[in-house]
Amino acid sequence: MVHAILALLVCQLLGEVIVRATGIPIPGPVLGTFFMLGALAALREVPEALNAVAGVLLSHLSLLFVPAGVGVMLHVARIRTEWLPLLAALFVSTALTIAVTALVFFWVMRRMGLHEPEQRS
Amino acid sequence: MNGMPDATDNLDLLWVYLQQEPLLWLTATLGAYAIGHSLHRAAGGSPLVNSVAVAIAVLVALLVVTGTSYATYFDGAQFVHFLLGPATVLLAVPLYRNFNRVRRLLVPMLAALFVGSITAVVSAVAVAAALGASPETLRSLAPKSATTPIAMGIAEGIGGLASLTATLVIITGIIGAMIVTPLLNLLRVTDWAARGFAVGVASHGIGAARAFQVNQIAGTFAGIAMALNALLTAILVPLLVGWI
Repeated sequence: MVHAILALLVCQLLGEVIVRATGIPIPGPVLGTFFMLGALAALREVPEALNAVAGVLLSHLSLLFVPAGVGVMLHVARIRTEWLPLLAALFVSTALTIAVTALVFFWVMRRMGLHEPEQRS
Repeated sequence: MNGMPDATDNLDLLWVYLQQEPLLWLTATLGAYAIGHSLHRAAGGSPLVNSVAVAIAVLVALLVVTGTSYATYFDGAQFVHFLLGPATVLLAVPLYRNFNRVRRLLVPMLAALFVGSITAVVSAVAVAAALGASPETLRSLAPKSATTPIAMGIAEGIGGLASLTATLVIITGIIGAMIVTPLLNLLRVTDWAARGFAVGVASHGIGAARAFQVNQIAGTFAGIAMALNALLTAILVPLLVGWI
């Protein structure tokens, strides 16, 4: 378990250091994901301990967004005056983006014959 | 005066102690999320009862009632917030397990990413502008589908308000997590990779969290979509900002 957590933090740290040193526009942890992927590819398996940590943290991923979300209280005044354009934009844009992205993905996948038979449409 | 402080003094001292230590608001964050999680289950796992939204509502009410500032709250809650980094690195685990599938679906992924990313930025700004949002709000809104740290950086770069962007990003995530299942059932998109990828492009990590609740493959593709869309949004928004 200690090794798994250490590996995790080292990957994130490397990501953060490289992002800050080079100024590339991606978050350090996202770069860290690629380092971890590289490490797993080299190991050719996922160590049991890392698997356990991933199970716990990824199944409650949404908890981790709560502290940032509470920041909504700082913007009550603006949201009160501009609630209609904000909520309309967020709802319309999110629905449209999900629909368009899923349909393009599905359509290209089918055209290329990559659609899996066990997932009937 | 007697030698013992009275009960109100004790309570005041207790409150001062609790406000100074991270324990109280860390506990409150987990408690509020536990309430959200229970309500989500009680509603039969309905995506419309979103545990993050419930937790945020409970906590904001609690902070307002106790007159606690967001900064004080965040001193405690930062320990939860910090775990976002390691959790992102952990996305490598499902990604590695599904690597062959991901590689096979690279072309549909990139096509969907490109169209979806442009849709996310343009539609949000167009709707808000049509309804009379201020330029500052529009600039804060443009990167709303990217993951929080990237979206904040983009907003700052184009003259938006980074902290407003953070809030809009979270609300976008919650909306996506709530509507993705009914919406894609309606459109009859049954493929887990396509469904997960779509919610990851539109609603970043909160969308991915929802996808992981439903299906491992959907979660994996949502995680990839989140990472790729963070990159593309960072390139697109500064290019499109001339219109705003």
